[in-house]
Amino acid sequence: MTRASTIGRFVWSAILILSFTFPLHAQPAASFEEAVAALKDGDFEAKAEAAQLLSNIDHPRTDLVLRAFLEGRLQKRRSDDLVVFADKIDGSFQLEDAANGETLGTVNRRGVRKLAVNNQLRAFLRELIARRGLTAENPIQRLASVEAMFGGVDASSAKLLEDALGEESDEAVRLAIENALALHQLRSGSDEEKRSAIAKLTGSVHPAVRGGLSAIRDDESLNDSLRASAGSAIVAIEERLELYGAVEVVFFGLSLGSVLVLAAIGLAITFGVMGVINMAHGELIMLGAYTTYVIQLLMPDAIGISIFIAIPAAFLVSGLVGIGIERSVIRFLYGRPLETLLATFGISLVLQQMVRSIFSPLNRSVSAPEWMSGSFEIVAGLSFTYNRMVIFVFSLLVFSAIWLVLQRTRLGLEVRAVAQNRNMARALGVRSAWVDSLTFGFGSGIAGVAGVALSQLTNVGPNLGQSYIVDCFMVVVFGGVGNIWGTLVGGLSLGVANKFLEPFAGAVVAKILILVFIILFIQKRPSGLFPQKGRAAEN
Amino acid sequence: MSLLMRSGLFTGDVGGKMLIGILAVAAVVVPACNLLAPPDSTFYLSTYTVTLLGKYLCFALLALALDLVWGYCGILSLGHGAFFTLGGYAMGMYLMRQIGSRGVYGNPDLPDFMVFLDWDTLPWYWLGFDQFWFAALMVVAVPGSLAFVFGWLAFRSRVTGVYLSIMTQALTYALMLAFFRNELGFGGNNGLTDFKEILDFDLQADTTRCALFALSAATLGMAYLACRGVVNSKLGKIVVAIRDAESRARFIGYRVEFYKLWIFTFSAILAGIAGALYVPQVGIINPSEFQPLNSIENVIWVAVGGRGTLYGAALGAVLVNYAKTTFTEIMPEVWLFALGGLFVFVTVFLPKGVVGLLSRRNSDGS
Repeated sequence: MTRASTIGRFVWSAILILSFTFPLHAQPAASFEEAVAALKDGDFEAKAEAAQLLSNIDHPRTDLVLRAFLEGRLQKRRSDDLVVFADKIDGSFQLEDAANGETLGTVNRRGVRKLAVNNQLRAFLRELIARRGLTAENPIQRLASVEAMFGGVDASSAKLLEDALGEESDEAVRLAIENALALHQLRSGSDEEKRSAIAKLTGSVHPAVRGGLSAIRDDESLNDSLRASAGSAIVAIEERLELYGAVEVVFFGLSLGSVLVLAAIGLAITFGVMGVINMAHGELIMLGAYTTYVIQLLMPDAIGISIFIAIPAAFLVSGLVGIGIERSVIRFLYGRPLETLLATFGISLVLQQMVRSIFSPLNRSVSAPEWMSGSFEIVAGLSFTYNRMVIFVFSLLVFSAIWLVLQRTRLGLEVRAVAQNRNMARALGVRSAWVDSLTFGFGSGIAGVAGVALSQLTNVGPNLGQSYIVDCFMVVVFGGVGNIWGTLVGGLSLGVANKFLEPFAGAVVAKILILVFIILFIQKRPSGLFPQKGRAAEN
Repeated sequence: MSLLMRSGLFTGDVGGKMLIGILAVAAVVVPACNLLAPPDSTFYLSTYTVTLLGKYLCFALLALALDLVWGYCGILSLGHGAFFTLGGYAMGMYLMRQIGSRGVYGNPDLPDFMVFLDWDTLPWYWLGFDQFWFAALMVVAVPGSLAFVFGWLAFRSRVTGVYLSIMTQALTYALMLAFFRNELGFGGNNGLTDFKEILDFDLQADTTRCALFALSAATLGMAYLACRGVVNSKLGKIVVAIRDAESRARFIGYRVEFYKLWIFTFSAILAGIAGALYVPQVGIINPSEFQPLNSIENVIWVAVGGRGTLYGAALGAVLVNYAKTTFTEIMPEVWLFALGGLFVFVTVFLPKGVVGLLSRRNSDGS
């Protein structure tokens, strides 16, 4: 309280002084631009008063300006005393008009002068920002503001929080405020308050809570039962963190695995069902990713919808290119798998270079639609990003669609018949050449759809396909050729295994270990996890 | 030479005779044109050209090794670049140790990149590489034993065809990832470079370059004779039988996996030697040599030249690499189109390669 009243007095005296020296600025209800301009004048007290005025004005840039002031980014341009944001880049300053965000080019070090801030003013600014945050319209903003204060609550901000708690209606924000206050009591309250704070905080996984609790546990001046309960609260928190960590690793693993499945499932059809080694599979994925990019270019105002158009478009583009490849090259090479491998590799080089010539060798970035950004918080401290969740669900959908096509349609029946016994199928009237083309086109189209998903995770470039081709083959071979269930299980388990190894071994070594594991696994079980049952002899 | 001719090794092998003849002439003429001809004469070959030709010969040796397993045993290895690069690294380690205290940091005991990484002792696997004989042994032993272990595992469990191809590709990919790591102690990204001398001869000197060229030509010639010997032997016949009908060869009673293992290991050793000759000529070895693309390019050399002929593989390596040098100099963006087109064209229209085309011409004419 003492501090708050000091600041109150400080502001009051500031107003008094200002009203004599700068009568214009002392007028309340000044416009936003005037309030910003006022920040540059006078001593610290005058600035505090100006900041107070500014914080009362509801303007989209108010918080930005206050925060920049706090961080020391707020400077004034020497030439015309304009208040600007100045960011140092390579020795010169890049300027932005503080009032309207207009970029003003760069000046050298001498072209601007920093608006000085002292510690007292900083504390005052922090409080202004916190107060604005706690009274914001949007509960997400209020929550963020509590989060920002969480570990650093002091007497004055505790007062602020208590006031805010009285008026808060959102459950999540209330909980956050209560936790923040409990943490404050844990630090500075009486023993009794400390005890109830420990009980309150036992479920929280915020890092600051752990710090506060371990301070109690290690403080020998406190009584033993209090310290013991702090200790057991820490153990509970650590157990929970460990559990969250494991859940997170599984989620990341499944997410990586779903990407692998998505990338490899098209290959599982062409390689597994048709026995064709398509080294250009990665490039078909790349084409799908570039299709997404082009569609976004065509409809820049509707990024959110463009992705739904991109999925069928990528399927068509890659599928047609795939049918083209089958008709023009692979058709002549059936029964010669090694030659097919080489020819399709040649095609992959041509496709890569084509993309390089058309779109330049540089990576293109595809922007993610709004609804896929952000993350979903399951409980405090454990959240999954939406884009990974979407891709996981998407890969399951694609998998089910493929399964339905193969099991429930006429085409699927013919594909399976040709895969099992080509001659018998032909004798029964299946046009095998036609089935081959369509199967290859289908597998290629799925690769294109995978490309749409990958474009959301990585940059789109000519080498996108190359970096996935080895992984795709590993997944198919590991799962068992000719079996799309094998691809699903294989891909997901490789993804999870990779993510479990990463913390111990690092990303690259984890990948090497997985490769070595698959190489050894194939020696043990040459037909993969789920071998195809059949009586066909090798030769 | 005449002894060789009479030994029956060359019966019916016109291409082989021509290859040995060309190599013998080149080994003498190319260095002479560089060292003896005055720089303004039409016969003068620059040191750059000599080195470039030497590089082609190393690639030809690699192609020869690959043709032995692919053309004669039906094992399409997409990982021969790995054996080549491992041989190169073994030689590079020796050359690195020869730098001694002349590196940028002037440390007599450690190569520059280790000083840079703050290592204070030489890792155990670098011990011995200051001796040429040891490095030469490793050039053979490292690729050989990797091929032996890999082949022993793969052939015993009857991993064949495209599966084996994909596994070899995974092998070279894993090695590439591993060698890119600084912690492995082979210079990470940058690999090994800045070499000074080999066996106390200055690597920049024209005479050393010419000697390396002649040595590459001689090695290629000897390797050709060795491969021809293997192919003509009883073992060679069995290997061809395995290529054409593996199960039948097994049912007759041959231990297919032993023959495959033998020929695979021998081929990997040849690839390693090719790498070891390559490194002192180009002056650098780095992990990008492991990339799967390189290994697949090796395969296309063999396919262009004509698989299952040995000399065709050597011819293909030189032709494709000459085309690559020319294309990447005049119009680099066209090279991948050309290479890709070459893959498709050769596999669809020229299954026997250039050599097959020539011999068909010959038989048509006669």
